[in-house]
Amino acid sequence: MRHIISILVENKPGALSRISGLFSGRGYNIESLSVGVTNDPKVSIMTIVTKGDDKIVEQIIKQLRKLINTLKVRDVTQIEHIEREMFLIKVQALPKYRSDIFNIVNTFRAKVVDLTGESMVIEITGTKDKNQAFIKVLEPYGLIELVRTGSVAIGRGNKATTDFTKQDTKQI
Amino acid sequence: MIKTGAEILVESLKAENVEVIFGYPGGVMLGIYDTLFDADLRHILPRHEQGGTHAADGYARASGKVGVCFATSGPGATNTITGITNAHMDSVPMVVFTGQVPTVLIGGDAFQEADIIGITRPIVKHSYLVQDVDNLAQTIKEAFYIARTGRPGPVVVDLPKDVMAAKTKLKSDTKIDLPGYHPNYEGHPLQIKKLLKVIENAKKPVIHIGGGVIISEASEEIKKFSEKLHIPIISTFMGIGAIPTDHPNYLGWLGMHGNYASNTAITETDCLISIGTRFSDRSTGKIDGFAPNAKIAHIDIDPSSISKNVTIDVPIVGDCGKVMRQIFQYIDSYKWKKNEESRRKWLQETTEWNREKPFSYKHSEKVIKPQFVVEKISEITNGNAIITTEVGQNQMWAAQFYKFKHPRQFISSGGLGTMGFGFPAAIGAKIAYPDREVFDIAGDGSFLMNIQELCTAIQHRLNVKIAILNNKFLGMVRQWQHLFFNNRYSYTCLECQPDFVKLAESYGCVGLRTDKPEEVESVLKESMQIKDKPVVMDFAVDREENVFPMIPAGAALNEMIFDKR
Repeated sequence: MRHIISILVENKPGALSRISGLFSGRGYNIESLSVGVTNDPKVSIMTIVTKGDDKIVEQIIKQLRKLINTLKVRDVTQIEHIEREMFLIKVQALPKYRSDIFNIVNTFRAKVVDLTGESMVIEITGTKDKNQAFIKVLEPYGLIELVRTGSVAIGRGNKATTDFTKQDTKQI
Repeated sequence: MIKTGAEILVESLKAENVEVIFGYPGGVMLGIYDTLFDADLRHILPRHEQGGTHAADGYARASGKVGVCFATSGPGATNTITGITNAHMDSVPMVVFTGQVPTVLIGGDAFQEADIIGITRPIVKHSYLVQDVDNLAQTIKEAFYIARTGRPGPVVVDLPKDVMAAKTKLKSDTKIDLPGYHPNYEGHPLQIKKLLKVIENAKKPVIHIGGGVIISEASEEIKKFSEKLHIPIISTFMGIGAIPTDHPNYLGWLGMHGNYASNTAITETDCLISIGTRFSDRSTGKIDGFAPNAKIAHIDIDPSSISKNVTIDVPIVGDCGKVMRQIFQYIDSYKWKKNEESRRKWLQETTEWNREKPFSYKHSEKVIKPQFVVEKISEITNGNAIITTEVGQNQMWAAQFYKFKHPRQFISSGGLGTMGFGFPAAIGAKIAYPDREVFDIAGDGSFLMNIQELCTAIQHRLNVKIAILNNKFLGMVRQWQHLFFNNRYSYTCLECQPDFVKLAESYGCVGLRTDKPEEVESVLKESMQIKDKPVVMDFAVDREENVFPMIPAGAALNEMIFDKR
């Protein structure tokens, strides 16, 4: 099963490699990893999407918590959450197809962020499924490049994602 | 007060009550060693950094204190890898200080540069690259704190040359700042009550203890618990010594070469109380066949050990000793009378198994049986010596035939299985306890792997005894080739070997040799007369003796093979 894990980690040199190394060393897979500093410059938040059965994911979370630099670890898929990923897509856009592409962009509520005589750069944010559906529709026009951020996720409700407790997960 | 990095290092080590450093100097360590020259700190120079790490490891296991190593950058640092991994696998507290090239050269492939933080990342509890002398004191304090608390382990601190030469004001109020590190020592009361409920209903409970019991010094509590409720105790290989071999409720140790009673009891128990163990594959055998009828409770300080290999019914995260003491707070509110009769019967039955099928071998008048040597060492030292081992058959025979009395008396590389560990570890143990007998029960293959440490031992007049069970084979590998590879002894024959007696003498040590069973005792007695230098004893043993019982790889604990002869 696919799991999204949110990790609050001290913003120290080597912290990222301890986490990514843990995944490779213990044979866990990473579908995507995204990381950025939080409001507190001493703390980063990392979102890792991984696949594994419950036993493996439980072990992944325990191993992550064991690292000295990690502050909080939460399996976001166990709580109600919002997941988003951003794509930047460079697509061929000859003048005769431009309006077609604009229509598709509007339908998906994406955004054109750059335009040249023969190409466009489009920005789209959404779930993985939506983004991929968008790519599929664009493909016939000629995809030049695709850049993606990897998923980020946040829990619904009042609490910070990594502050959800076991009790919160049971209600859902 | 203004101090250099090197001076802060020395001050910090003293503040941590470090008694001894196992260190090897080198280019980037010159400044540190210059400061060390006048410092009132004991320094032991191993003859290879690997030996230094194993000595620090042996010192830590024998004493319970943190072992400290120094190594220079590059090759010095990479030579510590096996020792660090070994300590990591067996949860040994150690702080390894490595030299590093100056910060401005890092990343430029400088002379003797190695990214030791990167290289050691998967084998340390934590690591630090000190980039600013202002952080040095706090880093060292944190390193020692992390190494010895929670589940202990090795910490690497990488010290660039310029940082150690830089000067700063030494603050007196250095504080630890580890917001992500909070080991949990107290067990959850609800879980403890759940555990007691499970034991209350059990008819065939077993206490199953690992190395964690030795680390947390919980032996007395476990004995008391076992005696009060009449529950047999089984240890893992790493738990050997936690309970005296001759304790009436102690069945022995389980696993690949464990005894019949332990392996059978695990297979039949209905309630396994596992304490301070990580369920290694060598101890569980095939997982499906491990305690198949039991509810399993697990007390351990490391949450990631729980349900990692074996699924646990009652997990309790906490320090073994502390949780045992908590158990005693609640123990009297349970109805122990209910199953007392069954438990007593079970205890009797399991201890009977031990009488029926103890560890055994066939003695010979013609050729020295390796097990006989271990038995004699046990007799002559009255079960009080600190025993270190190498890895392989020597290790298993030492574990099977020495009659241990105390925790921290058996020092062996369990998790990593490091050949060459035993002798330097014996040096470390002897430094921790200069007045105790220390024996390294060795194989001829393993001993050669760190033989250079004879020089360290003689330099410091360390009276360690090395008993080589010399079969001129890599015995354990040969045994597997014999059992599973049709006697094809591919590259396991070590017929080309040095004259160990002359070799010992060349270092200034004493060398003794025999190939006659009737001389084993006299050789050992002679070694006991020597008090001021290492003694190497070369026992030419039965070359193709095997270790039994044995559980083949992938088989369950009840599928033991016994000696067919």
